[in-house]
Amino acid sequence: MSAMIHAVYPVKADDYTFAGEASTDIKRKLKQLGVDSKVLRRVSVASYEVELNLVIHSDGGELIMDVDEGGITLISKDVGPGIPDIQMAMREGYSTADEEARSLGFGAGMGLPNMKRNADDFSIESEVGKGTCITMRFNLA
Amino acid sequence: MDKVIRYHSVRLDKSRCKGCTNCLKHCPTEAIRVRNGRAHIIDERCIDCGECIRICDYHAKIAVTDDIAAIHGYPHTIALPAPSLYGQFRNLKSVSPILDALKLIGFDEVFEVARGADIVSRAIHQKLREPGLPRPLISSACPAVVRLIQVRFPDLIPNIVDVRQPMEVAAMIARQEYCKKHDCLPEDVGVFFITPCPAKMTAIRTPLGQEKSSVDGAISMVEIYGALRSFINKNVITPTKPQATGFGLGWAASSGESSAVCPENSLSVDGIQNVIRVLEEIENEKLNDLVFFEGNACSGGCVGGPLTFENNYVAKNTIRKLVDISDKTHPIESVPPSMMTKYPLYFDTPITPNSVMKLDDNMAVAMQKLEQIEKILENLPGYDCGSCGSPTCRTFAEDIVRNFAGEMDCIHILRDKLKVMAQQMVELAQTKRE
Repeated sequence: MSAMIHAVYPVKADDYTFAGEASTDIKRKLKQLGVDSKVLRRVSVASYEVELNLVIHSDGGELIMDVDEGGITLISKDVGPGIPDIQMAMREGYSTADEEARSLGFGAGMGLPNMKRNADDFSIESEVGKGTCITMRFNLA
Repeated sequence: MDKVIRYHSVRLDKSRCKGCTNCLKHCPTEAIRVRNGRAHIIDERCIDCGECIRICDYHAKIAVTDDIAAIHGYPHTIALPAPSLYGQFRNLKSVSPILDALKLIGFDEVFEVARGADIVSRAIHQKLREPGLPRPLISSACPAVVRLIQVRFPDLIPNIVDVRQPMEVAAMIARQEYCKKHDCLPEDVGVFFITPCPAKMTAIRTPLGQEKSSVDGAISMVEIYGALRSFINKNVITPTKPQATGFGLGWAASSGESSAVCPENSLSVDGIQNVIRVLEEIENEKLNDLVFFEGNACSGGCVGGPLTFENNYVAKNTIRKLVDISDKTHPIESVPPSMMTKYPLYFDTPITPNSVMKLDDNMAVAMQKLEQIEKILENLPGYDCGSCGSPTCRTFAEDIVRNFAGEMDCIHILRDKLKVMAQQMVELAQTKRE
């Protein structure tokens, strides 16, 4: 790869003031790179979803974006609490969001399935007490 | 990128521009730069919303529209008053006096754009009930919002509803009916829109979604205001009977369109910055449960256009009162079904993305440029003061990478450099003395 964009966005737990800013910046960068609008749309949805997941569910973490000519990789890493049952968490409609998040319109249980649907490759690893790592790849045709 | 020469209604009056940074800061597409003490509008980026016209205290930003004298260039003329025109006059018991005043100042015929809005309402109402279309569908009525989507939200272009603007539909019908009635040639009839904004003027010269506009020109509301005022309430023997419903008339203000096409599940937002925030949400698919989105660049909707005279809140209230006393038949009943096929109501040309935000056509080069921007940005103070002539430090960094600016245009960097140089000179002077 001749050129590469690497951006790291720290995301704090329960911080709704800054929630969404990382994905806004990601979108802006991809538009400047001239990424195809259909791919852009899928990255927008997934990055916003994963960023909000960090805010709502994690104890804090970071969102990393890498762009090469072949595509875009989004990695979300957090420091806990970890997901006990990933299969359950991947189910549509399943949510552990608290009252505060639900009252803001989040926690419909569509987050992870939505990310998976929008990414070309999706993987999730999690260990209770350690944290969760989600990797998504979006190919540029 | 399409290399079409772009027409813009919004222009700069160089003699009035002081080179301040007010317009820079308010442009939603970052289309203005101050260079050599004067503002410059970047053609490819400007969406003709008129925010800069509103904000400029020196009136250096202007909207070019047709002079009222332009009507003398045609043997026959028709005025197409935007419904927002009615909001300019207080204490109206009906819209008739305005229609009559338009005839008194020289137009042969008047056709209400609100009638076009009735037909368009029915067309969109129908469209919203078609299966398989993206959600929410986005109104195509405000040309500034459509152009904003082309520049900043190209991925939302498929959501734009492909029905023509009320002004266009009104122009087609008005011309055809007039020619039939007076037995004259279509090209002998000049059809003029009475416009509240520059965006509509631009939409006539460079149409959106259609090859050619059916409108021949646009006359600014504020230009015609004085003339109309003196003719309003003159006694007319046979007053012109308004034919639009309250629904069509309601399009003059924000949420008017929504309440005509989808009152049960739509969102109407006015003010371009607010529209941007909601389009971000739509882009993130956070409003997929919404059927219709109506965005108006101007606060209050068209009644808040930069070329209006009356305060937009007062005008909105006037419109509300006129709607109250108007025909309440919904367009799905008032507009005859034959009308839906008699005239072309839908787009014949696709809306295309405007890729002006792209740093380079080659993605590898674009990535290098983006990297450079981030690096330059690290050294900029982040005050977003605009003294360099770019709206923010980030756009300044972009301008440097695009070769439109140099680092020393930043007065803070320049000052720091001068400090270092001054220090070096002092040191130099001291070495000599020893």
